[in-house]
Amino acid sequence: MTAPRYLFPHRHLLGIQPLSPQDITAILDQARGFEEVCERPEIKIVPALRKRLVVNLFFENSTRTRNSFEIAEKRLSAEIINFDADTSSLSKGETLIDTALNLESMRPDLIVMRHAAPGAHALLARHMRANIVNAGDGAHEHPTQALLDAYTLRKRFGRLEGLRIAIVGDIRNSRVVRSNLWLLTKLGAEVTLVGPPTLIPEGIQETWPSVAISHDLEATLPDQDAVMMLRCQFERGTGAFIPSQGEYARFFQLNAARMKLCKPDVAVLHPGPINRGVEITSEVADGPNSLILQQVTHGVPVRMAVLFLLCNPHGEQVP
Amino acid sequence: MPDSHAPCLLDARQVEIHLQRLCREIVAAFGNNESLALLGIRTRGLHLAERLSTMLQDILRKEIPLGALDITLYRDDLSELTGSPIVRPTEIPFTLKDRTVVLVDDVIFTGRTIRAAMDALLDHGRPDRIWLAVLADRGGRQLPIQPDFMGLKLDVPLDRRVSVKVQEVDGVDGVFLEGRS
Repeated sequence: MTAPRYLFPHRHLLGIQPLSPQDITAILDQARGFEEVCERPEIKIVPALRKRLVVNLFFENSTRTRNSFEIAEKRLSAEIINFDADTSSLSKGETLIDTALNLESMRPDLIVMRHAAPGAHALLARHMRANIVNAGDGAHEHPTQALLDAYTLRKRFGRLEGLRIAIVGDIRNSRVVRSNLWLLTKLGAEVTLVGPPTLIPEGIQETWPSVAISHDLEATLPDQDAVMMLRCQFERGTGAFIPSQGEYARFFQLNAARMKLCKPDVAVLHPGPINRGVEITSEVADGPNSLILQQVTHGVPVRMAVLFLLCNPHGEQVP
Repeated sequence: MPDSHAPCLLDARQVEIHLQRLCREIVAAFGNNESLALLGIRTRGLHLAERLSTMLQDILRKEIPLGALDITLYRDDLSELTGSPIVRPTEIPFTLKDRTVVLVDDVIFTGRTIRAAMDALLDHGRPDRIWLAVLADRGGRQLPIQPDFMGLKLDVPLDRRVSVKVQEVDGVDGVFLEGRS
């Protein structure tokens, strides 16, 4: 007897919230095969998305996420169009639908979109036949970042279930944290959010009841298998919630002294870009426990896995 | 769909005999060729390649390099699969340059899998020559590709399926003729 074949049941990747643990595991397993492609000594390109048209539609600035998607698309042999929208002229719902309809008439197969408005992707998904990938929507979700974080952690520890993970810093303004909370809780990790009360929004535990909250970094660190430092998003107004960068660093910076409180093999993650000397010191970011550059490396195979799964749908699909 | 009443074309012992014969044919063709390596096509071809490699090592008294090839990303029939395609790593722990590579698969049917396998293989390097060994040739080719070494030769109607089962995946060794779909 052969086991019933698994079917990835989604047309779009709008967030981690709609995914089942099995869907998440399928993407992470799939990414292993793509990591092998990315590690090849010579030809790192496979013909899996040949003749498919992918539109990268970025309404918000992004360098690393966009580059990572673009490399993933090129390694899958897709045809690529980059559409950099001007933030000021195209931020309202109606113009977004117009943009979508214009794009739709060019028959793209896949759209990778970053947009400031949560829900923009769901709106687009209702108006287009193409598969939509959320590359970040405001402070809502950033699913591929959470997937690459999970891939990095799983590769390092061999599992996610039962792992103790502290997510530290600007919880309020982070979309990465929301996607990570969905993903890590679905796969059974034990998550503690750490930060000043002003940067941890109320109601977190209503959505994720298993998540612990702490305002004391030094008391939290000794139990953790991994520490995920978040960037202080000064451009999103983090500065209004903390007295000063120096004061913030005094309590919540991951530095060499605090590393001594951690397990010797603790993994240090950061979604980047880093504010060196604010939430993390260079010594730690570049130190032996840091997986920060591995996270960047893993972004490509994880995104390849997502694009490949969405482009090869079979059977009954749900949005 | 799996069919528990599917007629058995080869049982475990006969599979073993056919593999032994394939092995002797490979030895006869390559003897002490230093460049010989086996490359199994995932999933079942890899398990057959592992067994051939053990048999070859017993006869030739030397290590035969063995690799695994995943062809999912090179297939031309992705849209015809019933489940989501599963990509697994290709592992070729030897250099392909100047190698004599024997590709190993369980069944050859249309030839499209082998076409994809050659594309995948050539992305990893330029072997001196590629040969093909299969446990069963069921006929029905759509491409000009033929095995160099084969176990069972059959002419099976297009609406039947020849299914090779291996202990490592299916819990049993055998070749079965499965029903009309």
